[in-house]
Amino acid sequence: MKYKDYYRILGVERSAGAADIKKAYRKLAHKYHPDVSKDPEGEDKFKEVAEAYETLGNPEKRAAYDQLGRFQPGQEFQPPPDWGKRFGDSQFSFEDVDLADLFAGLSAGRHGAGPGRGQFRMPGQDYEVTAHISLAQAYRGTEVELNLTVPEFDAKGFLHNVPRTFKVRIPKGATDGQRLRLTGRGGKGLNGGRDGDLYLNIALHPHPLFRVSGHDLYLDLPLAPWEAVLGATVEVPTLAGPVSLKVPPNTRAGQQLRLSRRGLPKPSGGEGDLFAIAQIVVPAAPSEREQTLFKQLAESSTFNPRGHFQQEVKNGN
Amino acid sequence: MGTDQTEAVWLTEDHEFSLAELAALSGLSEAELRELVDYGAVTPINPDSPSWVFSGACLLTVRTACRLRISFELEPDGVALMVSLLNRIHELEAQVGSLRAQLPHPVR
Repeated sequence: MKYKDYYRILGVERSAGAADIKKAYRKLAHKYHPDVSKDPEGEDKFKEVAEAYETLGNPEKRAAYDQLGRFQPGQEFQPPPDWGKRFGDSQFSFEDVDLADLFAGLSAGRHGAGPGRGQFRMPGQDYEVTAHISLAQAYRGTEVELNLTVPEFDAKGFLHNVPRTFKVRIPKGATDGQRLRLTGRGGKGLNGGRDGDLYLNIALHPHPLFRVSGHDLYLDLPLAPWEAVLGATVEVPTLAGPVSLKVPPNTRAGQQLRLSRRGLPKPSGGEGDLFAIAQIVVPAAPSEREQTLFKQLAESSTFNPRGHFQQEVKNGN
Repeated sequence: MGTDQTEAVWLTEDHEFSLAELAALSGLSEAELRELVDYGAVTPINPDSPSWVFSGACLLTVRTACRLRISFELEPDGVALMVSLLNRIHELEAQVGSLRAQLPHPVR
């Protein structure tokens, strides 16, 4: 069994009082709790902190932990010979047991889990996991494989962390940050308790062309100056393949052209829209002929794009 | 339970839960949920009805509430305040995300 230094994790002395331990835990929980933290590793760090507090915050468990002795974090160690009696089984092997599971078993022993556990109905644990999928997968619906480490009871009633692979079907209707609940795909219930659920948090990979807002999509549509002025029919990509879009004459930069129902499918049916945002772009290196034509245009045009500057100054603004 | 018995449900405004379902799925008691409603942290679709119905998204809010209550050892009013502020943050983040999606990106 690998040693974990719960005191070091909470950043307290081994002699710290209960109030100091609680304060240290709360400070770290504020920093790393996944519901309030922006730290991408917050969830793992919080699990570590919560595990340390689960033991050190309980006088009985803390005393049992202190009895284990002092080792370096990650160092292999054996608990004292009579330590297994706490679990009602002096022959118990600590070989592949995680320290956290051991202490969970210590409290669970009294509540129905652990060796000789009672007949309490215990619902299975809910699992939460983020599924990273592409926009194309969200559009069509997809199947993903998720690797999770989940706590499971062995035949003797001890908790072990076991790696499990879940194959999950994500139906159409996904968008970034949306949650999917898969009933009964969490931990097994005990003694007739219901099975837990699996909660999927959908995270969409960024797409090189489309930006996502809910079930709507936004696409930059570069137009040549003459296309913007004269209007044009251009081909634009959509998740279902390219379509023709009629750009009206005198289209301004930033104007949004809506392609109805070309966004992501919604869970309730229907689809979001695709918005093409007009951008007016100029050739990086115009040819001599292009330059001549632009000069002719400049000479003959009366268009003043900054006319409102003077007007506002005149108005005293 | 096998794959064939699994029901996949999007937790959006289109899916609804009763108070009892919300309690069973969140880990909070019905009394605690009523307190969250009293403090305005979650709002039923039909607040004036004796049988409250909640949108699917409320399940996420009350599961968060349950986690916060346990992790920070909070009283119901503290949980409600934290959940309300988190909801506001999520709404603002969604608005920022939506505005960012509408901002043209420089053409290469």
